[in-house]
Amino acid sequence: MADQVLDAKGLNCPLPILKAKKALKSLTGGQTLEVYSTDPGSVADFAAFCRTTGNELVEQSDADGVWTYLIRKTG
Amino acid sequence: MNSPQVNPGIDTNTMSIIVTKGSLDWAYPPFILGTTAAAMGLEVTMFFTFYGLNLLMKDLSLQISSLGNPAMKMPMMGMHMGMPNIVSAIPGVDAAASKMMKNLIKKKGVASIPELRDLAVEADVRMIACQMTLDLFEYGQEDLIDGVEIGGAATYIEVATQSHINLFI
Repeated sequence: MADQVLDAKGLNCPLPILKAKKALKSLTGGQTLEVYSTDPGSVADFAAFCRTTGNELVEQSDADGVWTYLIRKTG
Repeated sequence: MNSPQVNPGIDTNTMSIIVTKGSLDWAYPPFILGTTAAAMGLEVTMFFTFYGLNLLMKDLSLQISSLGNPAMKMPMMGMHMGMPNIVSAIPGVDAAASKMMKNLIKKKGVASIPELRDLAVEADVRMIACQMTLDLFEYGQEDLIDGVEIGGAATYIEVATQSHINLFI
C-alpha cells in the first residue's frame, strides 16, 4: 500500500509529472507514491523523470488504458 | 553525471529559455518545458522579450491566429481542417479559432496557460521581463504578475553563461 495516491487520469502532459512532483514533495525519503495516468506518453515520461530526479520507479503496470506507477522517494 | 565535454564550472541542472512569442499556441512550449524542468530538479530561468512579454501580463487574454499558419489544422467533423488565409482575415475568425482551441485544450486534459504559469511561479522559476520591450510597448512592472524581475540582454547573457541548457522559443 502506497503512502500516497495521485489520480492523474484524464490529465495530459506535463500535468501528471508536475502533480507527481508536488505529491512527492509532501513525502519523506523512503515513502511511496502511486500514480494513475491515462496519458500514453506518461510511460516514457515517468521513467525519464525518475532517472533524472533519482526517485525510484519501483513498478509500473497498465490495465484498461490506465497506467499505474509506484514511485519511492529517495533521500 | 558530468561528461568530459561539460564545463566543470556549470551546474548541469540549469536551464534558460528565451520566450519571444505571445500567442496561445506558442505559450505552451516554454511553460511546459520550464515547469517540467523545474519539477525534475533543474534551476530554470525564463527571459520574456518582445511578444513573449504578453505571457507575463496580469490580464491574460491569449489568442491564436490561423493567418499565415498552414500547419494549424484542427480536428473537425472527423478530419483535420486548416483555414485559408482569406478566411482567417475576416474579423472574428481568430477569436472563434481561439475559442475552439481553448475548448479542445480543456477537453483533452491539457493544462491552461494560467495554470502552467501559476505552477512555474510556485516552482520558483526565475522570470525576467525585458526592460527594452516594456519601454517599447509602453508597459510597466505594474502590468505584470508579481515576482517578475526586470532585466536586459546582459542580464540574460549572464544567466546563459551559467546555464547548461539554453533554449530560444
